[in-house]
Amino acid sequence: MGLDVTGLTGWRCRELLTAGEVSATELVQAYLERISVVDARVQAYLLVDEEGALAAAAAVDAKPRDARGPWEGVPIALKDILCTKGLETTCASRILKGYIPPYDATVIAKLRRAGLIFLGKLNMDEFAMGSSTENSAFQTTRNPWDLERVPGGSSGGSAACVAASEAPWALGTDTGGSIRQPASLCGVVGLKPTYGAVSRYGLVAFASSLDQVGPLTRDVRDAAVLLDLIAGRDPRDSTSVGLPEPVGLPERSALEGVRFGVIKEFIGETCEAGVRDVFASAVDAIGSLGGVCEEVSLPSVERGVAAYYLIAPSEASSNLARFDGVRYGHRTSQAADLYEMYVRTRSEGFGPEVKRRIMIGTYALSAGYYDAYYAQAQRTRTLIIRDFSQAFERFDFLISPTSPTVAFRLGERTADPLAMYLSDLCTIPVNLAGLPAISIPAGFSAGLPVGLQLVGPHFSEKELLGAAHALEQRLAVETVPPLTVPPLTVPPLSEV
Amino acid sequence: MISRQEVEHVARLARLHFEEEELLRLQSELGRIIGYVEQLAELDLSGLETTSHAVALKNVMRPDEPEPGLSQAEATANGPAIERGQFVVPRIG
Repeated sequence: MGLDVTGLTGWRCRELLTAGEVSATELVQAYLERISVVDARVQAYLLVDEEGALAAAAAVDAKPRDARGPWEGVPIALKDILCTKGLETTCASRILKGYIPPYDATVIAKLRRAGLIFLGKLNMDEFAMGSSTENSAFQTTRNPWDLERVPGGSSGGSAACVAASEAPWALGTDTGGSIRQPASLCGVVGLKPTYGAVSRYGLVAFASSLDQVGPLTRDVRDAAVLLDLIAGRDPRDSTSVGLPEPVGLPERSALEGVRFGVIKEFIGETCEAGVRDVFASAVDAIGSLGGVCEEVSLPSVERGVAAYYLIAPSEASSNLARFDGVRYGHRTSQAADLYEMYVRTRSEGFGPEVKRRIMIGTYALSAGYYDAYYAQAQRTRTLIIRDFSQAFERFDFLISPTSPTVAFRLGERTADPLAMYLSDLCTIPVNLAGLPAISIPAGFSAGLPVGLQLVGPHFSEKELLGAAHALEQRLAVETVPPLTVPPLTVPPLSEV
Repeated sequence: MISRQEVEHVARLARLHFEEEELLRLQSELGRIIGYVEQLAELDLSGLETTSHAVALKNVMRPDEPEPGLSQAEATANGPAIERGQFVVPRIG
């Protein structure tokens, strides 16, 4: 058949489909073949829906080309925290193993209506709690640039899948950096929209005041297209407001007069030297495009991780109370009474990190501690929002490295929860302030991708994607990993 | 620091059970994490409002019109124990 999907963008898929160079079925088959070749190594997918994808592709092919919508037949893969009607949704947790949602998340329903084809469900940290995808109850996803390293998290399956060309597009979710950090570590583009731009209906809730769904793609243009497909106000999510206007296609190529604030607190000692070097070259690139970079201090963001690790677990401890063995998911096989059924079901079903966060949140909200912890964290949040809005009086965008380090080794941080939490230093304050931010590939340090984070004011996605596009064109970073280190049990690509 | 009694109390509130070894590890991990977040206590934040949502919204309304929802069969399809369309649970202890 011969279609090589390596490095293919969603945009290119659309061109091939509309020109009739491939059928939707051929395109889906090519991706299924790619998955069967590389996923034994990358392990991005929890579930590949071969039958469903081929049936959806056949339905697209049965329509005359001029009767199709522009994105019909383009494949996408989905983080397994988004409810897909009739297709198992587990949040990579034993407690939801076997759960078949009776409804679609709003973002899924929108993509279905647009004619996109769902290849399958992607691995993640259990309930999106983690920064390495090692907290999945089911499998360990590898970084396609170095299979001994983590892909980041919690949307590690989504980032690894796109980097390894196992789908042109993926959806992820971002509560404290869970789209941007894995995008950075896997060398792809990841966008966290403004809080409220995209509906959370059917997204299994982690921390409701922070969670947003967003795209992971090979380039900025694809991220813009996918954002327009999923954004919008939804009567089923009263916190959703949509975008003021569609972002359209980013075409900007210069940054004349655009003011960028370099967040001083994120480029200090905590940031490794290789990352600082790549970041410095990105700052130069902005200058060469006519943009102006200047350091800015946001003192409160250094308290972001502390505030986040009170607010997010507090919300999670409440949200995850619903997993009690009554209506769905796992139920213990032995319980004498209702209380014991709850306790055994939850203790058997949740993994260690989820239990840890439920414990932190329950502690922070418990009688006598509420004011000292939770309320103090919410006041810190006010302070962070204030620092950002003051910075946006002087700057159009704020920039920093997305992650203070490149991808770390598997197992390197699992023994120390606090060290893992600090991986999200640069991304967490953005969620607390509800701002939109994008990570784009900026270069490499010792062969591993380094991402650049651009943050904009609320609902500035159109301008943010425009600036990111201009910079992406100038940086021209390679996004196709060589995938050269197969374990002995898997034949090299050339023999398959 | 967080005491063993506190960990046990919070576990009861959260409907979780930990074996002895897990309990000891958790006590030390929670102690470190709480120790880290306690840096917020040093800040003078008196006079600052609390923020629960970054994008302020008030009184979001929609027309109160009934729409078809899930059928009883769909709503109970994932239940671990169902009898005559209802969720079955063990007796209250």
